[in-house]
Amino acid sequence: MSNLLALSGVNTRIGHYHILQGVDFVVPQGGFTMLLGRNGAGKTTCLRTIMGLWKASAGRIDFDGADIAGRSTPAVAQLGIGYVPESMGIFAGLTVRENLTLAARDGPIDEKRLDWMFGLFPALKKFWHLPAGHLSGGQKQMLAIARAMIEPRKLLLVDEPTKGLAPAIIAHMVEAFRELKRTDTTILLVEQNFNFARSLGDTVAVMDSGRIVHSGNMGELAGNEALQYRLLGLSLDAHQ
Amino acid sequence: MTRRLLSGDYPRSRMLATLLLLILAGLAFAPFAFPGTRSLDVAAKVCVFILLVASYDLLLGYTGIVSFAHTMFFGIGAYGIAIAATRLGPTWGSLVLGSLVALACSALLSLLIGMLSLRVKTIFFAMITLAVASFFAILASQLSGFTGGEDGLTYKLPQLLLPGTKLLEAPLFGVEINGRIVSYYIVFFTAAALFLALLRVVNSPFGRVLQAIRENDFRAEAIGYRSVIYRSVANCVAALAASAAGILYALWLRYAGPDTTLSFDIMIDILLMVVIGGMGTMYGAVVGATLFVIAQTYLQDLMKLASDAAAGIPLLPDLVHPDRWLLWLGILFILSVYRFPAGIVGKLRGRQ
Amino acid sequence: MSPEKDELPGAVLDKSPLALIPVIALVALPLIPSLPTWVTLTVAGLAMGMMIFIMASGLTLVFGLMDVMNFAHGAFITIGAFVATSVLLPLAGWTRADSLWMNLAAMLLAVLAAMAVTGAIGLAFERVIIKPVYGQHLKQILITMGGLIVAEQLILAIWGPDMIALPKPVTLRGSFIFGDIVIEKYRVLAVLVGLAVFAAMFLVLNRTRVGLLIRAGVEDSEMVESLGYRIRRVFIGVFAAGSALAGLGGVMWALYQETVTSAMGMHVMILIFIVIIIGGLGSVGGCFIGSLLVGLMANYVGFLAPKIALGSNILLMVLILLWRPQGLYPVAKR
Repeated sequence: MSNLLALSGVNTRIGHYHILQGVDFVVPQGGFTMLLGRNGAGKTTCLRTIMGLWKASAGRIDFDGADIAGRSTPAVAQLGIGYVPESMGIFAGLTVRENLTLAARDGPIDEKRLDWMFGLFPALKKFWHLPAGHLSGGQKQMLAIARAMIEPRKLLLVDEPTKGLAPAIIAHMVEAFRELKRTDTTILLVEQNFNFARSLGDTVAVMDSGRIVHSGNMGELAGNEALQYRLLGLSLDAHQ
Repeated sequence: MTRRLLSGDYPRSRMLATLLLLILAGLAFAPFAFPGTRSLDVAAKVCVFILLVASYDLLLGYTGIVSFAHTMFFGIGAYGIAIAATRLGPTWGSLVLGSLVALACSALLSLLIGMLSLRVKTIFFAMITLAVASFFAILASQLSGFTGGEDGLTYKLPQLLLPGTKLLEAPLFGVEINGRIVSYYIVFFTAAALFLALLRVVNSPFGRVLQAIRENDFRAEAIGYRSVIYRSVANCVAALAASAAGILYALWLRYAGPDTTLSFDIMIDILLMVVIGGMGTMYGAVVGATLFVIAQTYLQDLMKLASDAAAGIPLLPDLVHPDRWLLWLGILFILSVYRFPAGIVGKLRGRQ
Repeated sequence: MSPEKDELPGAVLDKSPLALIPVIALVALPLIPSLPTWVTLTVAGLAMGMMIFIMASGLTLVFGLMDVMNFAHGAFITIGAFVATSVLLPLAGWTRADSLWMNLAAMLLAVLAAMAVTGAIGLAFERVIIKPVYGQHLKQILITMGGLIVAEQLILAIWGPDMIALPKPVTLRGSFIFGDIVIEKYRVLAVLVGLAVFAAMFLVLNRTRVGLLIRAGVEDSEMVESLGYRIRRVFIGVFAAGSALAGLGGVMWALYQETVTSAMGMHVMILIFIVIIIGGLGSVGGCFIGSLLVGLMANYVGFLAPKIALGSNILLMVLILLWRPQGLYPVAKR
């Protein structure tokens, strides 16, 4: 399995703060990679740097055979990367339909794909003409994911999709991501919820203080509680 | 002594210190060094505008708010004197009363505007003050029974301040010591004292909080400073100082009208002076106001020469026409904002 | 596509600000001595409001999209008006002809020239003056004020300091008279042009892809870029279009006043700012309602108590801000 995305020695500074201090990790083609870590470890900055929303001050970001560090955000997106930010970035004043129409860069939405999306997220069909601002938190998250995937993309970056969502909705989200995985989309997902991460991830990278402190198979980390505790500070009851 | 006067905020540049001393000496001895009505007018105007621009710098440079209502407060001061002197007669009592009423009005109005709109964005505040100030200017020109309308008010002052009053029998250093000289020194010393007071304000703990808010609103709030209150107080202090400048200007001119105090053109002049002189430095107000007023008076003579010399070349005579001097200052202004936001003072300090 | 169409409205519109327009008109009705006068004033108010809308809409849209308030916008209005004098005065043969079509053709030429000039200047202005200070509000205000100073001086250098008379074309002078009701022809034209601009903006914003991009960009330009669109290009286009609209408004306003002065832009800017604040910074719909409110208010109060006409609009602004501190239609921002 080759790597679709590879970061090597990536540094990012925001104002006076040196957030990413040499980040190295890879996202294998077709796989589901989880980026874990405590609050403030630099996970969000990592995704934003890949998208070109922050400029890397040093290092390479190789995507699909080309170094994309330093490219503008639209250029990065046009290479086939879909992005769901932590804030979801829903256009609240636009309807669900308009949100998705805008995301379909290459023209009208493909109807087969739309029906498939509706199968994954039925709420979107129900509220098709409603301003997205009126959706619930979980429905907004589904719209954000649908928007990033309304056309086939090579890589999907998702920042904490389970944040603030009820367990039933998270379960639904797991199903949706399993379905996405079957479409041969490569996914890099930032997560704090280890259960969610464990149920989906193939490979994992763990960040702390702007560096990658562990990377490998999800199975290896899932089976080693001591390692989990050391890397993520998980107590045993958090596993429940 | 110097340290206390300047609140420990030195010019920090030999060139700047020399320039400031030259300006100070020029203004202090203006009646003797530059005798003549026109040059004394220029000197008094410089004093008034140094105070006015310094008070604006407190807002723009130190607090980071853009107000277009500064001329309104300037005008309230001037009209306070003018209306009191017209209605109540040329007595010291009416001048004091007029000044106090004007200052009270300014304080009230500035607090009101501040509380209503300072919690919102810089742009919003700028737009609101622009609307309110133009309303005020139009109001002043329409309430002609009270304010003299477009013509403004001309009035008498107490005997001591009139040009006909001779204080000394013999001229001093060849200059006749009359009421104008007394008026000039009232303007000079009051402006100087209030400038030093403003310098004290910006160097006080209060002034440091203002600068912290300007740099990072959220962080200042997080540390526990209510930024709205600090900004409102700064707005009020600036308004009071602007009104004081208006009072001095009215005393000097013995006239108050829309064109000398309230017009938007004066607001633009203040912006030019503070930015070209140097925002957030206080001394920038001294340098900016002095250069501007002198340029306003004498640059046009120079440009007339250039314009005549360029006669025959298309458009160029129009561009260096004496009336177009603001064009060049406008360009200098834009370059200042981009290239040297600390203005002339920043440039002089940077050389050291 | 399977979902049922129009099961829900495209956007849930907040209607209470809309009601303000009839409310103001009805409040004025008993205060004004005769019904025909009221009708005349109402039409005059709507016409004035439409012209203000033409001038203000571009400015508010630019603010919504780019977070830039161009304090030099008034200079574009003035430039538009002066360009109109340069076109219309030499075309006196067309404007004095007793033919509506000749008159309108002359006006159309003036409008096109004014829009082309102000649009082009707007483009240059964005590139040279504003681009370096995106995101810095204080510098933006200062730099656009600097642009205003320079622009006003250039206007004076090119067109001279004197007021220029600009008479309306012959067939647009005078009034339509229905019984006691007198309606100036030019005001009808102003209403029609204003409606056309509003309709065009509405269609572009709601029915085209560019409009979708603009509306999304007003909310969250970073996300629009993350979807793969170069929003900067849209910014520049909107800035040029907003400046061109200022030019159009300048022509309309100049013919309405029949005089052109270098101070006219700054004069109207005060009303424009009030309108934008009332409508909610960045909202085109709010700007439309705000313009009509201000136009009506100015005409009713101008008739009843001319001295406090502008004051009444300031009062209106304060009242609306007390009701809705962000204006009638606050623009949702991240």
